[in-house]
Amino acid sequence: METLLNDFSPGLFIVQTILLLGLIFLMVKFAWKPILNSLNERESGIQDALEAAENAKKEMQNLQADNDKLLKEARAEREAMLKEAREIKDKMISDSKEQAKVEADKMIQQAQAVIEGEKKAAVADIKNQVANLSVEIAEKVIKEQLSNKDQQLKLVDDMLGDIKLN
Amino acid sequence: MNGASKSFKLVVLIMILFASFQGLAKSENDENKEVDTKDEVTEYILHHIKDAHDFHLFSYTSGEGERKHVGFPLPIILWTSNGLTTFMSSEFHHNDDGHVIVEKNGLKFAKIHSKIYELESGASEVSFDDGHHATNASKVLDLSITKSVFGVLLVGLLMFLAFSSLARQYKKKQIPTGFGRVLEPLVIYVRDEIARPNIGEKKYRRFTGYLLTVFFFIWILNLLGLTPLGFNVTGQLAVTAALAIFTLVIYTVSGNKDYWMHILWMPGVPILIRPVLAVIELAGALLIKPFSLLVRLFANISAGHIVVMSLIAIMFTLKESLTVGGATALSLLLSFFITLIEVLVAFLQAYIFTMLSALFIGMAVEEHDHH
Repeated sequence: METLLNDFSPGLFIVQTILLLGLIFLMVKFAWKPILNSLNERESGIQDALEAAENAKKEMQNLQADNDKLLKEARAEREAMLKEAREIKDKMISDSKEQAKVEADKMIQQAQAVIEGEKKAAVADIKNQVANLSVEIAEKVIKEQLSNKDQQLKLVDDMLGDIKLN
Repeated sequence: MNGASKSFKLVVLIMILFASFQGLAKSENDENKEVDTKDEVTEYILHHIKDAHDFHLFSYTSGEGERKHVGFPLPIILWTSNGLTTFMSSEFHHNDDGHVIVEKNGLKFAKIHSKIYELESGASEVSFDDGHHATNASKVLDLSITKSVFGVLLVGLLMFLAFSSLARQYKKKQIPTGFGRVLEPLVIYVRDEIARPNIGEKKYRRFTGYLLTVFFFIWILNLLGLTPLGFNVTGQLAVTAALAIFTLVIYTVSGNKDYWMHILWMPGVPILIRPVLAVIELAGALLIKPFSLLVRLFANISAGHIVVMSLIAIMFTLKESLTVGGATALSLLLSFFITLIEVLVAFLQAYIFTMLSALFIGMAVEEHDHH
């Protein structure tokens, strides 16, 4: 212990204290402060860059999600439009079918009416002709009767054959 | 690449060992003697552990049998009874036992065991008592540029140049190149592993400058102590005491109300025990903490130097029993491994000192949650 105390040099202690004080001051002013400031700046720069990258990534994801949503909507709209078109088509087809049916029915009715009218006219005509023929036959029969009995019969037969031809 | 750098390190270490061996073998003890015997080795080692007034690299015996010393003198600055006195250490002619008297400023000075004594007026030479203490001379306040101060200045200059150049690099670029690329991770290491966790996120910045300075100061000086230059700066009590007192002043000045409250009037314990605790806490804060800091660093580094030099000295002390070759081989092997461990210790002690300083500061500025 005595040797230790004897070895302790107060002069060296004073010089060391002064030098250390000076060294700390110089190092802090010219080295540590600028170094630590730059390191901090750099670190916060890196931090900011990382955060910006993270944000960009998130934004990108949002954009992607938006795109997906838009795409989905567009698809749904297309579906809807197609469906509507199909419905319209079906409706048009059924409408026109109905219309055509109505028209056809009408035409058929008209045709039937015309046919009925024709038929009636034809029957009336036939009736007239039969009446005329009957009158003529009666006339000829009466004329023949007036001459020959055989001839009268033959005439009636002929007449009847004529009617068949008609 | 890795293998190459490993073998390079090995070569460097062996060179360091050989250089130390040379320095030891050819150094002088008193004036004209080579170090050979056990006592001389012990004295040489103890001499090396101390501070020196000149920068001595090695000595050798020339062809004519004359001792030559290689090194350079350092200025001696003394605060004497006649005021400031300065002269160069070469005036003592490497004498260390008080036989060479230097007259300056009307006063006589002698150097005994690396201390400078001022002789009483009228005395022409130093007289010693039985315990080899000077009786007619007293120590003076020695502000010399000793070897340790030289080392401090050298390391301070190196640190300043290295780190201010790193600081300047940041003005031009974001990422330093060259040597700065090595220094930057070290700075970040001290900040993130020592300052931040121990002091806390909010307040660490104020103290990081001090911690960085102390860390690199101690580390570089420790490493410098392992070179053959023979610095033993961090093994000087005065240096470690100055460092420890800086830490003491910092945590005492920046201690907040909670810190003093816990020292002087510990909450949560019975009133009667509080004064007793206060005494213990005060002793802990003002004496034990700085004392542990200063002794730990001093003891580790001094012990490291003594062990390395003792192992190198095996070459001489075991010469007879192991033959020259055997003693040299054993010495080289052991000192090689101890030097490797000392490289680790150099970092470890710097880390521990800085870490504990940060811890003490952190305890002083910590904000307690009030329950």
